[in-house]
Amino acid sequence: MDLGNFLVMRQELGLLAVFVVLLLFDIFAGETPAMKWFRPLAVGLFALHTAAGFLPVPEGSAFGGMYATSRLTVLMKNVLNLGTLAVFLQAGEWLRGRETAIREGEYYVIALATLLGMYLMISAGNFMLLYIGIETASLPTACLAAYNKYREKSAEAGAKYIMMSTLSSGIMMFGLSYLYGAMGTMYFADMQPLVSADFMTVLGFVFFFAGLAFKISLVPFHMWAPDVYEGAPTATTAYLSVVSKAAGCFVLLLTLHHVFGNIGRIWYGILWVLTVATIVVGNLFAIRQRNIKRFFAYSSISQAGYIMLGVLHGTPEGLSAVVYYLLVYLFANMAAFGVIASVENHGGRTDIGAYDGLYRSNPRLAVVMMLAVFSLAGIPPLGGFFSKFFIFAAAAAKGDYVLVFIALVNTVVSLYYYLRIVRAMFINAPAEGAGERFRTDAYNSVSLVLCTAGVLVAGIASGLYGYIAGIGF
Amino acid sequence: MNILSVLVILPLLTLFALFAGKGRRWVRTVATTGFGLQLACVVAVAVLFLQQRAVSEEAMLLCADVVWYAPFDIHYAVGVDGISVAMLLLSAVVAFAGVFSAWNMERDFFVWYSLLAVGVFGYFISLDLFTMFMFYEIALIPMFLLIGVWGTGRKEYAATKLTLMLMGGSAFLLTGILGIYFTSGATTMNILEIARGGIPMNHQYWIFCLTFIGFGVLGALFPFHTWSPDGHAAAPTSVSMLHAGVLMKLGGYGCFRVAIFLMPQAAQELSWIFLLLTGIGVVYGAFGAVVQTDLKYMNAYSSVSHCSLVLFALLMLNRTAMTGAVLQMLSHGLMTALFFSLIGVIYGRTHTRDIREMGGLMRVMPFASVCYVIAGFASLGLPGFSGFVAEMTVFIGSFEHADLLRRVLTILATTSIVVTAVYILRTVGRILYGPVRNPDHLKLDDARWYERFSAVALIACIVAIGVWPSGAQGLIYDSLGPIMEHLNLF
Repeated sequence: MDLGNFLVMRQELGLLAVFVVLLLFDIFAGETPAMKWFRPLAVGLFALHTAAGFLPVPEGSAFGGMYATSRLTVLMKNVLNLGTLAVFLQAGEWLRGRETAIREGEYYVIALATLLGMYLMISAGNFMLLYIGIETASLPTACLAAYNKYREKSAEAGAKYIMMSTLSSGIMMFGLSYLYGAMGTMYFADMQPLVSADFMTVLGFVFFFAGLAFKISLVPFHMWAPDVYEGAPTATTAYLSVVSKAAGCFVLLLTLHHVFGNIGRIWYGILWVLTVATIVVGNLFAIRQRNIKRFFAYSSISQAGYIMLGVLHGTPEGLSAVVYYLLVYLFANMAAFGVIASVENHGGRTDIGAYDGLYRSNPRLAVVMMLAVFSLAGIPPLGGFFSKFFIFAAAAAKGDYVLVFIALVNTVVSLYYYLRIVRAMFINAPAEGAGERFRTDAYNSVSLVLCTAGVLVAGIASGLYGYIAGIGF
Repeated sequence: MNILSVLVILPLLTLFALFAGKGRRWVRTVATTGFGLQLACVVAVAVLFLQQRAVSEEAMLLCADVVWYAPFDIHYAVGVDGISVAMLLLSAVVAFAGVFSAWNMERDFFVWYSLLAVGVFGYFISLDLFTMFMFYEIALIPMFLLIGVWGTGRKEYAATKLTLMLMGGSAFLLTGILGIYFTSGATTMNILEIARGGIPMNHQYWIFCLTFIGFGVLGALFPFHTWSPDGHAAAPTSVSMLHAGVLMKLGGYGCFRVAIFLMPQAAQELSWIFLLLTGIGVVYGAFGAVVQTDLKYMNAYSSVSHCSLVLFALLMLNRTAMTGAVLQMLSHGLMTALFFSLIGVIYGRTHTRDIREMGGLMRVMPFASVCYVIAGFASLGLPGFSGFVAEMTVFIGSFEHADLLRRVLTILATTSIVVTAVYILRTVGRILYGPVRNPDHLKLDDARWYERFSAVALIACIVAIGVWPSGAQGLIYDSLGPIMEHLNLF
């Protein structure tokens, strides 16, 4: 075997190194006072790894096309890294709580394992590796969801997640078997010319797509999301709604265009319907939510719908718009979840009532939250306005004005429920007993500052989009 | 740096400066200085513009152009013609007067107020569809908090309704803008260049409808005007002033600059639909005002009527009527701002806006009452005030058309003048004259110096346009030349 193959995988190797160091540290120093260094170490190492991801990496494939890397996949992994870094920064305060303190180290290690799975999903050149990546990413995530194991809802979330992910994996596997049956190969490059609109292939594609749609939580495969998001610890919810979702979208993007480009007309029709359904259902259900995590579950379902707008036509502009959209979405959602985590850590509440009068007690948190939801709603001059515009422009470029209009009308609906949060924070009076100032811990503050800066700058500085668009497909 | 960009940067600096100090005194100093400088700057722009226009043939002057997002041909492109300069002057005057009407507000209020100004001024100077739309939306969002936090009455309902309806309008608008960009060949977002290239006829129809309705929502196009009465009634004084005085003009200006200018043939062919709607708006708004008992609601319905007249005149598509439309925007902006600032003075003391509960205020607060009478006269179009100049020009221009529909509609629209006289005079008689209905009102004091300043500044502008109409008219009429040429090309 040519060991040079491994050099192509340097991002995976870097991640693996961080993983091993943290795992060993956790095993050997787990019960000692040295554990207090774990958090700076984990965050520091991972930040280094994230920064290293921006160094130039040679393109190429390894293991006979099983694994492939390009500037685009590196960029996608960098986006995931940023999201995970934010989760790490935000998780610490909660993890040091009474219930979870003894398992503090494991959280980071398990999260890194899932991240490795996502790397493999993105870099896969073969459906088997893709499948292994998805499994690696899914199963440990259930542990993350059930991390507050003494809380019934958290355990329920873990159980639900694992059932849904095995079900969706099963469906996907079933689809893959059809595809293999139709074409006799699992390699993307070999399959691509063989894909045609015959019954077997289309059926296989539909099952494969359905399996992936579970991960991205497209309607009607979204049922698990609200329950899991509500029950899981906030850090995990953030991880699911940002990193896990982004990985799913990237995989969908890559497979649709690298493998199923020939049957573009077919998946365009399927995706069109699902996009509209996802945006509409996500938005309408979000209106009635009282729990902020459930609320963000529906909000992120509808955001997935907007992302699909860029995937639909498969144009290069659309693909850059999707990556850019996910990056801005990451900043905004992580900022929102940072605030949610902070509010939850001081008072333990996750209902919208906990945000009444937040501007008076904690003005900075309220402003961050406001910027985050305004970005999600697409209000200028925040990043979300630009990312939404590019996504819409990508769909309109092919004359899909009806879809754009439906999506735009839905942004108005989404604005209504995002404004509910703003209203609670800025207009409502604080509830009895609440309303005192509290301190957000330093790590979380760093993540909030970074994410807010991202939300503010991503749009106005056109260089970021230029960088993404320059990478191309 | 381009002087027009200063108009966007100055409110931003004001916004940041608000955080540099503490206390109400600091806030007042920063706000008055910031918006005072802004006014000075706009006057400088107007002077520069007039100087340059005397020697230049270009339609747009003081231009600047910086590439922003190359893949979508998005530029930061600014430039002004006479119409934008008129709008800038209006905005600067009203915003400056608004600061004095909001004399006792806290810092956060002015933060949002400044952000609103960024949007408004950026919008009027933009030549690029994307930046124009961006500034448009920037101007909308602060409204939610300005009304929601500092408003009165059903403020949350009103703030949400207003924001959502206007954002609904921008859903139409953005679809239309994307349509304009892609059907014109996807090579430029610059309004002038798109106009030169033209948009295929089959696309013009739907894009015209989308953009006209999109901007029309903000311009109180019937039946999308319902946010306006609730919003204006709930908003704090200076926000009502800025909203009715300036923000509603964003709608009219957009209809003119984008919908009509870029889709001239569709405007020609479809204008009858919107003429009917705006005609209804003119008359309906006036009658709506008659039955109101709340001063702010009355003025809001009156705004619907006047703003519909702006759109009505624009759709007549001739030079006189369009000059009248822009004059009407100026006149209504100043007038309604004056009204709202005086209603603020009255409400701040009597704590009621119900016409039935007030009377004899002329004896109690003579200064505010006299101003109110002046505002009323300007509103019903008495010669010597701006309202007369504007409405006269509008109706003369509208009557130029020989076809039956436009003539009938014009005649119907003129009835609004009579109806306006009814509700203005009735209100003046009821609340200012007669016996003092509530003995508590006898103890009230008159307007303070800052409230007086705000009112006097606005009245001065109204009278200036009224007695020297050729100044404003010249500014507008000359700039309409190239635009009319473009509209009649086809």
